[in-house]
Amino acid sequence: MAQVSSIAEEQTSTPISSSKSITLRIAKYNPKHDESSQFMEFSVPYEKWTTVLEAILEVKKHFDHSIAVRYSCRQATCGSCGMMINGKPKLACFTKISELNSNVITVEPMSNFPIIRDLAVKFEKLFDSHHKIKPYIIRDDSELESDEREFLQSPKEVEQYIQFANCIKCGLCNSACPTMATDSSFVGPQALAQAYRYVADSRDKGKDTRLKIIDESHGIWRCHFAGSCSQVCPKGVDPAMGIQLLRGYLLGFRS
Amino acid sequence: MRESTIMKIHYGTALAAVALVAVHILMRLTQGFAESLEYESVLANYKFIPYAIMLELILILLAVHGFNGLRVILIELKQGKMYEKAVSYGCFVAMIGLIVYGSRTIIMTNIGMI
Repeated sequence: MAQVSSIAEEQTSTPISSSKSITLRIAKYNPKHDESSQFMEFSVPYEKWTTVLEAILEVKKHFDHSIAVRYSCRQATCGSCGMMINGKPKLACFTKISELNSNVITVEPMSNFPIIRDLAVKFEKLFDSHHKIKPYIIRDDSELESDEREFLQSPKEVEQYIQFANCIKCGLCNSACPTMATDSSFVGPQALAQAYRYVADSRDKGKDTRLKIIDESHGIWRCHFAGSCSQVCPKGVDPAMGIQLLRGYLLGFRS
Repeated sequence: MRESTIMKIHYGTALAAVALVAVHILMRLTQGFAESLEYESVLANYKFIPYAIMLELILILLAVHGFNGLRVILIELKQGKMYEKAVSYGCFVAMIGLIVYGSRTIIMTNIGMI
């Protein structure tokens, strides 16, 4: 019983006892019985370090426990709490209220994703596209030679792809992408950046297979290089650059 | 045809069209603008074979580039197997139609029908 109560305590947010407060507007929508989303407003106290996720959890704890929000690690590692915060896709756990410089904070579900309920969206399409580009090292000699213990890489070879390996699959890039807003079949910046991550890996031999997958009518060529994917990435990944580098392979500028 | 091949054609036609349209504009500047659009002047241009070939090339380049651009816009706006097939074939047929219609004018002039 003691264990249950400690788990329950762990799930609640850090107590906030500040005199400062903001108005938190939360989009409430259940596609099963609502025609459109409604905004509910809550006055939430905050400290300098309070994150948007903590404010939402505060509302859940004290005002409306029915608010649907997905979260887990609270440290920008799991990629679960992506949402539109004042109109921009951000991780709620990685966005402090104090840095938004606004007395009103509006949180909505991420754009370009089907809504499950309130702030929670479906990730199936994102994961399907990610899976489609074969996000793993492909090579014939899966067994190492007897005297080798690992596939060695020089620091320069690692540099080619390492920033793209930081992707946490939060979907913010896909949410910011203007092409994804109209083209539901577009593979998306997340999957394209991951395609580049493996194509640029010197251990990988699946370049031709991956380039074939992304070289279709809703593939890499539908990117218009708006660059918003790179702007919103919380991990500093630059999908727009990865897409341009991948195009280099397809246009014959890189081999 | 692979999308990368189509896009290589798309970029290539854009670059070539910019170069040829620049030549075309420079040629127009050798005459007065209003004068260059006079009926006799236009006929003379069509009858001057090297210039007529350049105009034909511009027509082909712009038709290929323009209709592929239209195809891309339309398949980004709406998706669906039948719809995309219709858009692709529709744009291809319209492109051929425009090239044939434009070429017809140049050919008719050169065989003395105009």
